[in-house]
Amino acid sequence: MTRYIIKRLILAILTVFIIAAITFFLMHAVPGGPFNREKALSEATIQALNERYGLDKPLIAQFGLYLKGLLHGDFGVSLKNGREISSIFAESFPISCKLGLMAVGVALVVGTVLGSIAALMRNKMPDRIIIFVTTLLTSIPSFILATFLLLIFCIELGWVQVWSANSNNYILPVCALAAYPMAYTTRLAKSSMLDALGQDYIRTARAKGVNKFVIIFKHALRNSLIPVITYAGPQIAYIITGSMVIEHVFTIGGIGSKFVSAIGNRDYTLIMATTIFLAVLMVAATLICDIVYKLVDPRIKFD
Amino acid sequence: MDNQYNPNEAPAKHMFSMQLDPQMFEKATDEEKQQQEVMSESTTFFRDGMRRLRKNKLSMFGIIVLFAILIGITAAPHIVPYGYEEILSVEGRRDKGAKNLKPFEYSKMEQQYIAKGGERFPHIFGTDEQCRDYFIRVIYGTRVSLTVGFFASIIVLIIGMLYGSISGYIGGRVDMIMMRIVDVIYSLPDMLMVILLSVVLPSLISFPPDSFFGKMGPNMVSLFIVFGLLYWVGMARLIRGQILSIKENDYILAAQSTGASAGRIIRRHIIPNCLSVIIVSTALQIPSAIFTESYLSFIGLGVQAPMPSLGSLANAARGGINTYPFKLVYPSIMICLIVLSLNLLGDGLRDAFDPKLRR
Repeated sequence: MTRYIIKRLILAILTVFIIAAITFFLMHAVPGGPFNREKALSEATIQALNERYGLDKPLIAQFGLYLKGLLHGDFGVSLKNGREISSIFAESFPISCKLGLMAVGVALVVGTVLGSIAALMRNKMPDRIIIFVTTLLTSIPSFILATFLLLIFCIELGWVQVWSANSNNYILPVCALAAYPMAYTTRLAKSSMLDALGQDYIRTARAKGVNKFVIIFKHALRNSLIPVITYAGPQIAYIITGSMVIEHVFTIGGIGSKFVSAIGNRDYTLIMATTIFLAVLMVAATLICDIVYKLVDPRIKFD
Repeated sequence: MDNQYNPNEAPAKHMFSMQLDPQMFEKATDEEKQQQEVMSESTTFFRDGMRRLRKNKLSMFGIIVLFAILIGITAAPHIVPYGYEEILSVEGRRDKGAKNLKPFEYSKMEQQYIAKGGERFPHIFGTDEQCRDYFIRVIYGTRVSLTVGFFASIIVLIIGMLYGSISGYIGGRVDMIMMRIVDVIYSLPDMLMVILLSVVLPSLISFPPDSFFGKMGPNMVSLFIVFGLLYWVGMARLIRGQILSIKENDYILAAQSTGASAGRIIRRHIIPNCLSVIIVSTALQIPSAIFTESYLSFIGLGVQAPMPSLGSLANAARGGINTYPFKLVYPSIMICLIVLSLNLLGDGLRDAFDPKLRR
């Protein structure tokens, strides 16, 4: 167990280092320095600025400095508005985090319930309807769903206020964000529930005359949850990337919409910092999920 | 022959024996013999799969929709007399009133032209804010999205197949090192890396404008590079796993003992045997590539303007969403239809060709 965790931790740290390296060197390969303006600066000013930000040192030394800064939680300064990136994160991350967690919760709970219903009523009407709807949902990109929700409920019907400083209604963004993972979880939960229902211990329980609800909730559901847990890790990655466009569409000031606008502005330091920040988040989420998965299911061997 | 069985001289029957007397039987006529012949041909694996696929109604729906879309996007540019970047003009003069027309609506200049007896092709989906025919833009957007999806999957397939089959076939230390590389790439958050590369690559690569790559534009080329760099790992893992199990079969041992080269064994024996897995996962790769492309175009990193893609059309339509919602509807429906029918087709292929994966 300890060996497994250590192995995974090393892989995770290596991954984060590689991501930081790729990001750093790619960004430095882009032609045009941060001080290229329409109005040319004087040689002396550029030199002073380069010295101020350590840009006169060799690339490897700059990378070292950057890594050192990252370890201290210093992401540098945004090129466009000169703000500390860490303060931008401190302000926008809680919003994204709240949105993402709500979406994950909705997706997992609704998905598991729908999937179990579909499995228990196999080939009946509810099963058909659930599978039909989830197949449709997996074919709609999140940004299109978000735009349509905005169009229908905010603009046409006027039921929900458009996101602004004094009205933050999470219903529509959460729906848009949770739709795809929910559909996927439903399919997953259905197949694993069917799998669990076909096992010998269910037959034994039934033969003993155990109450139907006890069989479903105690025996079948608990065992069918394991694949759903495994999926939750990659799902977090999906939620993070999905939430970028959804925040962009609903104009929510989370970290995702900051990222999208940084891409539009070619604000390279902000792009770099956000990439590394989100990547660390994803790697950590996957790591925790994998370890929890192995802890929950004692049948899985550690290798 | 001495010991040939002759029903007329059957050995003497024991009293309590269960042996039947052959003379009690009637000989079959030729007609009756013919009835016993197996009339149906033996089926091949491929034919059997196709039969199962044809029975699957949802997959057939997907195939029909895809064919309709394919015919539409090949035929429409020959029928509709507008270009995707052509700003509308009537008799050589720019038609400034043709901005944001509703479907099948004509601008004032066009109405005058028709009143004078001229013929004007209707704007089936209306026009956009730069006075361009929207129908043809959606058609070209579909072309771009489908092309990207298809070729990206081919790139993924080729790289993944080469890498996976080499790694799986050679095995040992080579396999271990190659798979560690795959592990590392696999653990990178792909979408973030895709976004990062799409931001950076277009400014790093440049081609002469009249070359093939120059016409595609740096964004499109970088999109393919990104797919080639990141998305092959899943395919490589899948194929390696297949090869590891196929390698244990006796016919591989037989081929090796007759002196067949490694390349020949991979090509002749291993690849055909994991073909079904390859077909299925490639078919399911296409919709996910289209998803990625439209996502990138939507946040402004995809195909370069004025070339449209379904994602960038949807993004452009957000600007006037209050007044012209129809401009959002067409590209969105197109993406959903394509992805839905490809998904249905992929699921059907999986059910038909890969009995092990069936749920």
